Amino acid sequence: MKTLIAGGKVIDPSQGLEGDFDILIDGKVIAKIDKPGKIKLDGKGKTIDARGCIVAPGLVDMHVHLREPGYEGKETIATGSEAAVAGGFTSLACMANTNPINDKQTVTGYILAKAREARCKVFPIGACTVALEGLKIADMGEMKEAGVVGFSDDGKTVMNAELQRRIFELAQQLNMPVLVHAEDEHLAADGQMHEGAVSTELGLDGRPAVAEEIMVSRDIMLARTTGCRVHIQHVSSAGSLELIRWAKTKKLPVTCEVTPHHLTLTDENIGDYDTNCKMAPPLRSAEDRKALIKALADGTIDAIATDHAPHGILLKMIEFDKAAFGIIGLETALALTLRLVDETKLTLMRAIEALTVAPARILGLDVGTLQVGKAADVCIFQPDKTFVYTPERIRSKSKNSPFINWELPGAVRYTMVDGKVVYTG
Amino acid sequence: MMLNRKDILGLKDLTVEEINLILDTADGFRDIATRKRKKVPALQGHTVVNLFYEKSTRTRTSFEIAAKRLSADTVNFTASESSVGKGETFIDTVRNIEAMHPDVIVVRHGSAGAPHMLSKMIKPGVINAGDGAHEHPSQALLDMLMIRDERGGFEGLEVAIIGDIAHSRVARSNIYGLQRMGAKVRIAGPATMIPIGIEKLGVTVAPSVEDAIAGVDVIMMLRIQLERQSQVLFSSMREYSRQFGLNAKRLELARKDAIIMHPGPMNRGVEIDPFVADCQRSRILNQVTNGVAIRMALLYLVTGGGN
Repeated sequence: MKTLIAGGKVIDPSQGLEGDFDILIDGKVIAKIDKPGKIKLDGKGKTIDARGCIVAPGLVDMHVHLREPGYEGKETIATGSEAAVAGGFTSLACMANTNPINDKQTVTGYILAKAREARCKVFPIGACTVALEGLKIADMGEMKEAGVVGFSDDGKTVMNAELQRRIFELAQQLNMPVLVHAEDEHLAADGQMHEGAVSTELGLDGRPAVAEEIMVSRDIMLARTTGCRVHIQHVSSAGSLELIRWAKTKKLPVTCEVTPHHLTLTDENIGDYDTNCKMAPPLRSAEDRKALIKALADGTIDAIATDHAPHGILLKMIEFDKAAFGIIGLETALALTLRLVDETKLTLMRAIEALTVAPARILGLDVGTLQVGKAADVCIFQPDKTFVYTPERIRSKSKNSPFINWELPGAVRYTMVDGKVVYTG
Repeated sequence: MMLNRKDILGLKDLTVEEINLILDTADGFRDIATRKRKKVPALQGHTVVNLFYEKSTRTRTSFEIAAKRLSADTVNFTASESSVGKGETFIDTVRNIEAMHPDVIVVRHGSAGAPHMLSKMIKPGVINAGDGAHEHPSQALLDMLMIRDERGGFEGLEVAIIGDIAHSRVARSNIYGLQRMGAKVRIAGPATMIPIGIEKLGVTVAPSVEDAIAGVDVIMMLRIQLERQSQVLFSSMREYSRQFGLNAKRLELARKDAIIMHPGPMNRGVEIDPFVADCQRSRILNQVTNGVAIRMALLYLVTGGGN
């Protein structure tokens, strides 16, 4: 089966490609890229009309919570993957905080079995410590053999620095990255939002930026000590960026990601106690947000990741300090990133890079590219076509998003996984 | 004149005119307390539900007496927050109460913002009787009535608020209200209890309790709790008393006619010297008396009184 994607503007940061090209897909792989009109199908196969669209590699989200096994009421691998392809994503890395927790190969195997029925590719992340308790190192080797692509206690921070060092040493030996949720649990304590003038006004306990910065600095120093590839998840504070910049100038194996919501919103958006603006790390100040955008543009921040965290209304339509942390993000990530491109704060090339090849490289995945011979995972979107993100169109099982009813740019027209159209918008 | 709102959620969004209306209305209700028959028919046929998710004696009693003096029917609903997780959600509880057609729900809740969430979901008027560390409007209004009684107004007054500002809803509501009416507010307390960015609310953060008190018209002391959840905010009660407690010596720094206030319950001997608490300049019990009048005014006004 051959498919020709014709008439679109191709952007593929993995090979520095930007321009008008047609792409031929043969079976599951990219077969040819050539000037418009050069590739002929000769009647065999179908053509996708991509005029007015950007043709990019399928997006890669290195940080999602698919909630299966254990919390299928919030999301399943199937529904999460439906949301993913609707948002242009073709590969997901799912965190270990399921129930049971993905801290052993049986759970990894279960997730991968479920992933076979998913609309997109799903790569599990294994826990660093047993039951995410931060006390005993999980069997990382057996999980690697079972198919995890990285390790993380995401949602929690390994507070014991000595234990974190051992985790880094063992992961380094396995040649696997460790993804760290950097928040000092004593400093963040019962904090409900960013500590600052807004938390003071609302009378809510704060999670200070320094809670993140201390753990970012600790893990950078441990990366230097161990040589382990350390990836800082959802960076949120300007201070963390200074530390990461330093690590990069020292050529340390440190990378990081930012979420679309931290790039878009600030603590002010909590307004009248909107629980859909509650997440950890929290939305921070306008200055932090500005620094995040700049760091994404200059490459200090490598990747964009959603931290897609579905929660039902029982955990969100309640008092702010009792509400769960986290929001969904798969169906809005591309659009929110394109807003920054529209505001000329980011080039389209850099935006797509942060959503495709950058996260793929951090996790060592052979995706996020349109190179000939690679899997035909493709995202085709129309940058000037807007859509309203209504509750009805949300494909995730949960609807905990602060962007509901926002008008957003960049409607996804087609998403393809291994050469097959899995979403048409 | 009437109040064009069904809810009283905080002092932050009350205008000068609204505050004056509430204080004037309360002033008019005050003499009811000294009558032989302490009851007027203003709220006859109205139902007021006191929905208290936190322990409270003073505020709940005050609201109940206020409602009864206006001839409203009152129901006290005391819920423990711990049972909330197991059974009904806050919203479901409130919707059940709403189904019984009350006119006003007075709510005290440990979660900041709970009354605000509630007000958006139900028809009856909502009066915030204290939400987390956010606001306590009826307390601030009764404090303001006290100050107005003493000084005739607020313009140019200097008020010191001393103690755990970070966890105090009384402090926040007083800061909003007093400043809106033209007073200046200084705050002081241990560095661990002065929240980040508080100066953005317009207050001056004094380096010491002495600096805060020097030359002020009003000293407002807050109840102190050294431990909140697992956090330890100060070393000991004794140390607190030495550094931040109001004693006779510190009182001398204030204006000669300065008054002392405390929202209660007091820790005698900690934030306030027992003698100072009972001295001539103390208005602590007058505050409580004013509380009933303020709450009568709020109940009256949110149910359309004054129309």
